[in-house]
Amino acid sequence: MIEVNTAGEVWIFAEQHNGKLADTPLELLSKGRELADKLGVKLAAILIGDKVEAISDRLAKYGADKVYLCEHPLLEHYQTTSYTKVICELIEKHKPQIVLYGATSCGRDLAPRIASASKAGLTADCTDLEIGNHEVKKTNTVYENLLLQIRPAFGGNIIATIINYDRWPQMATVREGVMPMPVPDVNRKADLVIEKPNITQADLALEIIKEHLEEKKVNLKDSRIIVAGGAGVGSKENFQLIWDLAHCLGGAPGATRAASDLGFIDEGHQIGQTGTTVRPSLYIAIGISGAIQHIAGMSDSQKIIAINNDPKAPIFGVAHYKIVGDLNEVVPMMIKAIKEKV
Amino acid sequence: MGYNCVVLVKQVPDTKRITGEAMNADGTVNRGALDAIFNPEDLNALELALDIKDKFGGKVTAVTMGLPNAGTVLRESLFRGADDAVLITDRRCAASDTLATSYILSCAVKKLDADIVLCGRQAIDGDTAQVGPQLAEKLGIPQMTYVKEIIDIKDNTIITRRNIGNGWQEVKGTLPMLLTVTDEANEPRVPAAKRLMKFKKAKTPVEIGAEIAKKEPEDNEAKILKLAKKKANELEEKGLLIKQWDLDFLEADLQWCGREGSPTKVHRIQSVVLAAQDTVDVEPNEEDIAKMVHSLIEDHTIG
Repeated sequence: MIEVNTAGEVWIFAEQHNGKLADTPLELLSKGRELADKLGVKLAAILIGDKVEAISDRLAKYGADKVYLCEHPLLEHYQTTSYTKVICELIEKHKPQIVLYGATSCGRDLAPRIASASKAGLTADCTDLEIGNHEVKKTNTVYENLLLQIRPAFGGNIIATIINYDRWPQMATVREGVMPMPVPDVNRKADLVIEKPNITQADLALEIIKEHLEEKKVNLKDSRIIVAGGAGVGSKENFQLIWDLAHCLGGAPGATRAASDLGFIDEGHQIGQTGTTVRPSLYIAIGISGAIQHIAGMSDSQKIIAINNDPKAPIFGVAHYKIVGDLNEVVPMMIKAIKEKV
Repeated sequence: MGYNCVVLVKQVPDTKRITGEAMNADGTVNRGALDAIFNPEDLNALELALDIKDKFGGKVTAVTMGLPNAGTVLRESLFRGADDAVLITDRRCAASDTLATSYILSCAVKKLDADIVLCGRQAIDGDTAQVGPQLAEKLGIPQMTYVKEIIDIKDNTIITRRNIGNGWQEVKGTLPMLLTVTDEANEPRVPAAKRLMKFKKAKTPVEIGAEIAKKEPEDNEAKILKLAKKKANELEEKGLLIKQWDLDFLEADLQWCGREGSPTKVHRIQSVVLAAQDTVDVEPNEEDIAKMVHSLIEDHTIG
């Protein structure tokens, strides 16, 4: 735990594997930039690994003012205990006010361990972050410019805003894909701060025997937003609309069995009784008539938008928003509206 | 020979099965109407512990922290094969966040001298997945998160396969070790009929006290206590007493427990309103679609 330090920097953990930066640190930089500007402090990235200095340029272009570079041969592969030690020491030394991690399997393994070791607060899987004040009525105290950590809880039935005003840093893991990707500025430079981590073999608790990485497969189950197309989409080329809409919402593309049987999309994207059952916050059904086998796999979605040119399509029976129209017109209108608003 | 396994389990509201009856008229969830269930991935953790015991011998103890009625998940653990069960209940645990919870649990696990500590990856009420790693840190032992398979345990070495999101990893480490277990790990066994018959009579001291107070409403407190103690002794002899520990017994430092021990506080809670039956007709024009997108941003569905 560190004292409240309102001059402290905003930090993001720059998760990298085998010298390749993940997407989440870039998303964190976009949100971190906004928070740091509001607070009038610097935005820094924590970069840990072995021979990873080349990544720091990229972090600068995406918004970091500073990169703390921690290189050591024993830090080549992520391990909970060694990375925890390095970050805890940095927090003690530089006293940041905010530290953000991606809510990836690595971030959610690491951040709680750091929070426990530094006796600081941590909020899991945030979908939004803001700066705001908090009033404690009992003591009549207003804490200004705190990190408001916003997340769904209780199976997505409530939205909780969490704060920590006395034991800092304020830390959160941030859900993947919910923060927009920043636009890189090729001329941006960052200060490189070289740290000398003190790591020995004893800091590595585990031995990684084997590792098997798969091509990033679509993860429908954990997606907050799913855009799915059915046979009504018409062709593989037209299915690009589904991909485009999913991309601009940070969601995953899905399909009915009919659409994957027709070869519009890989069967890994199939939703329904023979595919994956999903319960996202938002499900957009495009050109899907609504066979019961499909509805069984998606009707628990919290919000459903259905787009179909047949006003009698059964999918409308479970929809919260009903759009009767041509998907080739409606989907581009949606993309335009989202890009303007978000 | 054999390993001492401690499994952390939690009673949670069944947030995944929200029916019409569990909805308030304003579209918010009536939490009181939800069933209390065994957190699903804790069942996978329990199954993995029982599997270790079946293969290598040893003992399985189920531990929960919760309200006095959380004894239910401990009985369910006993039905499925746990050898022993511990309820941590104390009013001073209320309002604990994940950090305070992991501190209190660590005080209990330290008393149990575990070789392997197992928890579900996350609980469905909070979905934080933080208590496992925080507990490991508090115990000063390493962690293997998202375990889907135990490859081998030999002497003091454990090898597991863990899910790392975009693939898997096989890792090796020295006991004691904490594992968080995913639902890919196994298919939890159903309660055995014989164990069910035996352990349905198992009770925690707080349950015994409540039962006697209900039966003898006129008796004074001293008499109820005496009767409860007698009943507890009887159950203990039969191996049917569920242990119950409070913060004094755990010698917990109160500054790290409950509200005071929790750095995170709630600033605001908003209910997500589900209006499942109402369908909004949206005309396929730019104005109507922009309005729909706007309302989805307003209620945090997108953006």
